[in-house]
Amino acid sequence: MPKDSGIGASSKRREDVRFLTGTGNYTDDINVHGQAYVHFLRSDVAHGRINGINTDAAAAMPGVVRIFTGADFEGVGGLPCGWQVTDKHGEPMQEPPHPVLAQGKVRHVGDPIAAVVADSAEQARDAAEAIEVDIEDLPAVIDMKAALADGATKVHDDLTSNLCYDWGFVEENKAAVDEAIANAAHVTTLELVNNRLVANPMEPRVAVADYNRANDESTLYTTSQNPHVIRLLMGAFVLGIPEHKLRVVAPDVGGGFGTKIFHYAEEAFCTFAARAINRPVKWTSSRSEAFISDAQGRDHVTRIELALDADNNFTAIRTETHANMGAYLSTFASSVPTWLHGTLMAGNYKTPLIYVNVKAVFTNTVPVDAYRGAGRPEATFQLERVIDKAARELGVDPIALRRQNFITEFPYATPVAVEYDTGNYVATMDKLEEVADLSGFAARRAASEAKGMLRGLGVNCYIEACGIAPSNLVGQLGARAGLYDVATVRVNATGSISVMTGAHSHGQGHETAFPQVVADMLGIDESMVNIVHGDTAKIPHGMGTYGSRSLAVCGSAMVRATEKIINKAKKIAAHLMEASEADIELKDGQFSVAGTDKSVAWGDVCLAAYVPHNYPLEDIEPGLEETAFYDPANFTYPAGAYACEVEVDPETGKVSIERFSAADDFGNIINPMIVDGQVHGGLAQGIGQALLEHAIYDESGQLLNASYMDYAMPRADDVPFYEVDHSCQTPCTHNPLGVKGCGEAGAIGSPPAVVNAVIDALQSGGKNVTHIDMPVSPSRVWAAMNG
Amino acid sequence: MYNFEFEKPSTIADAVAALGSEDAQALGGGQTLIPTMKQRLASPAKLVSLSGIAEMKGVCVEDDGSLAIGGGTTHATVASEAAGTFPALANLASHIGDPAVRNRGTIGGSLANNDPSACYPAAALGSGATIRTNAREIAADDYFQGMFTTALDEGEIITSVRFPVPQAANYQKFLQPASRFALVGVFVARFADGVRVAVTGASEDGVFRWSEAEQALSGSFSADAVSGLSVDPGGMIGDLHGTKEYRAHLVGVMTRRAVAAAG
Repeated sequence: MPKDSGIGASSKRREDVRFLTGTGNYTDDINVHGQAYVHFLRSDVAHGRINGINTDAAAAMPGVVRIFTGADFEGVGGLPCGWQVTDKHGEPMQEPPHPVLAQGKVRHVGDPIAAVVADSAEQARDAAEAIEVDIEDLPAVIDMKAALADGATKVHDDLTSNLCYDWGFVEENKAAVDEAIANAAHVTTLELVNNRLVANPMEPRVAVADYNRANDESTLYTTSQNPHVIRLLMGAFVLGIPEHKLRVVAPDVGGGFGTKIFHYAEEAFCTFAARAINRPVKWTSSRSEAFISDAQGRDHVTRIELALDADNNFTAIRTETHANMGAYLSTFASSVPTWLHGTLMAGNYKTPLIYVNVKAVFTNTVPVDAYRGAGRPEATFQLERVIDKAARELGVDPIALRRQNFITEFPYATPVAVEYDTGNYVATMDKLEEVADLSGFAARRAASEAKGMLRGLGVNCYIEACGIAPSNLVGQLGARAGLYDVATVRVNATGSISVMTGAHSHGQGHETAFPQVVADMLGIDESMVNIVHGDTAKIPHGMGTYGSRSLAVCGSAMVRATEKIINKAKKIAAHLMEASEADIELKDGQFSVAGTDKSVAWGDVCLAAYVPHNYPLEDIEPGLEETAFYDPANFTYPAGAYACEVEVDPETGKVSIERFSAADDFGNIINPMIVDGQVHGGLAQGIGQALLEHAIYDESGQLLNASYMDYAMPRADDVPFYEVDHSCQTPCTHNPLGVKGCGEAGAIGSPPAVVNAVIDALQSGGKNVTHIDMPVSPSRVWAAMNG
Repeated sequence: MYNFEFEKPSTIADAVAALGSEDAQALGGGQTLIPTMKQRLASPAKLVSLSGIAEMKGVCVEDDGSLAIGGGTTHATVASEAAGTFPALANLASHIGDPAVRNRGTIGGSLANNDPSACYPAAALGSGATIRTNAREIAADDYFQGMFTTALDEGEIITSVRFPVPQAANYQKFLQPASRFALVGVFVARFADGVRVAVTGASEDGVFRWSEAEQALSGSFSADAVSGLSVDPGGMIGDLHGTKEYRAHLVGVMTRRAVAAAG
């Protein structure tokens, strides 16, 4: 039976009322009295040496308060990278400086050269146009393999080359992997591109900075998924402002998808400038700026080999990937192609030997960092594509080949350093076959063919690792941060509750789902609980929201804090009822003494805590507020199986997605409706990557499709009505809720299903096409069919 | 956006006078010009809005049976009011952009801009329309002169467009995936004295008539009649959405589909 409240109920998203009625409070809605406006003058060339900047004419323009250039930031820190990768020789990655404003050189189109602060945004822009910049063009480094060639122009003059690192994983396994591949009965090889994407959250980035000279305190309002992380990175590494003098607020945020994790130059600039001119400043990104300044996603070029024995058992996987870092190392860029990618190469399969090589490369393009899935989609895509190709080469059913190689016993230690605690891949595949009505596919194909269309079925599995942890392990892997999270449960005197979470909600529905957990534990109504997030002044600490971690990590902290609340409340209830604490039971918001009819209500206990007239003051403190830090024992491992059916128009190459079915195992579910929504959104982004999206740079480093006129985003009519099922549930074994995370699954699991389906359709039409790179656009499909 | 003067006259004569000043530019529905100005890629000294001129609005059937559409008529109005007389044209109008574009954008603005991927140029050229301005009448065959280039003089205003109504017609548009303009669009119209085929989106020279297809279809109005024909990829647009060869191929496919749909 579906529940109508608490854990497992599809409670309606309470935050949607303000989002849908125009009463959300986004960063651009925040205006500080007397604020000035910032306009960044950005490089229009990909690579060049700055020989001079003349701001004289611009400084004399109306309304100009001050113009800043790189020279103003000499002695100020650069933007830090949060993860140090060690290469296959044991050496640290090459880590170039990343100045707030360009110093000496510009390294990508969009690199900020100067910033004008003026009384109005238009005046700032007018003045920026009057700045004279003398830039000597340098050859642009765009292609990754060319960037690594001997004698290639260097993006960073002080580095030895454009190679950030050459990572081998697991290096000790390499010889055994090579031998297994050499001795295999069959080896399937696939070369592919994981296309570069622009994150495109609906809300562009914004920063508003205020400075109070009276107490030397700075406040930054910013579009962030993790305000505490920004406070730490900007305060400690860039501007040298201690935490108690720096408040970071991330109010309502209109989508992040990873690109709002990172600490950006514009945030540091605004905070710096507000202090320098002693006046609030505001910057609002235009959509055009977002295309050339928001960190982009993916951009891997990979060769993968899958070895099989004579019985079609997987025996080894070897991959070689070039990963584009762009011009600078964005906050978590280095971790994406390594620890978030290599550790997932086992997928759902018991392949005994795996070796992953990744060469990370600097180019004169916008920095690349985590985007919904972050490394895991790249791993899943290559693995699930090469398995599909192998099945076709061997003439076996792609589903049967997968089933034959499934991991079936848990816990399972992969050869790529992680241990899956639980899962049931057979069950999700069984469920997929049911919800996708795979037995009806032949009839649907016949119907499509009768109208002249080719129909294809693509199936794939995925596994992801969410809630990266524990902190001591990730520290060994190079993370320069802890990956715990924090919650404070503040019970008010009359029994209502505010939960301060380190997790940040920017579309995930925390304000609805998190109260369901607390209310369920206490047996009170959900409406008595609200969530406070996104403000370092209100929340003790937190690491934010990314990597599908919020419920598994911060939710667990919230459970721990609530357990502390219950323990203390039971002591108070025992005192009030003159009973032994051990006999106190909590049910439906009532504390009762076991075996008696004595009870006291939740609200009375809370009131006693704050009006402690009848209270055990000698044993416990008044008040009812608890904080918990939670550092998980392991990652969580959501997994699932997806099926896509496409029709391909053989005349035009246009692909239409006719059905898309998802069977996910997210462990326990708090709010099924929100989980559906998360999967729907993820699928739309994955389908967008598979069919439409692709950031394309020309040889000179210009982004050719830097607007929606040419960058194709998925729209409602590009996606079908989804069949989404998450009834297969193997609860996570190591967190108190048994939850695994669902935010990225759709984006991770859907691209291979789409491409597998297109290949299936083309082969059903007699076309000898074995691979098409994403996006599988009409022109590419037509070219492949007629190649 | 840079500062500019703004006028909104209520008569064609006043609009022509206002456009006489230096760097003045006519503003139709603003669906191209305003975004361009916001990006600071255009900076007219004065905008002369044509949206207050009542005599430039509306759809009517003329005495000879042709359809006259005021230059200031929105796509949405054409979609609804031309549906009975010239359904292929109404259908084309109903698929331009999105509802916001259709409720603001005008036929005169579209034809004056002559975007090489716009839909209306295909309809005007494919129907043998006449472009009427404040000064003269221009046959569609003389009007379109390449990408974003027309026979209009500086300050000349499209007051209305006269469409001969064909016996059968259809427009097939293959969407550019991002903008949803025409990657290739083909307008086919069958008249008593022959068939016209106009192609938008495909050519480096803007909208063009595919005369080879017209001849074949004038002999036999069937998809089969053009199945062996193809355009030369040489003059086609090649960009990140499709090669020259792909566009040339789509011209054939869309033409056949338009003929089949026109019946």
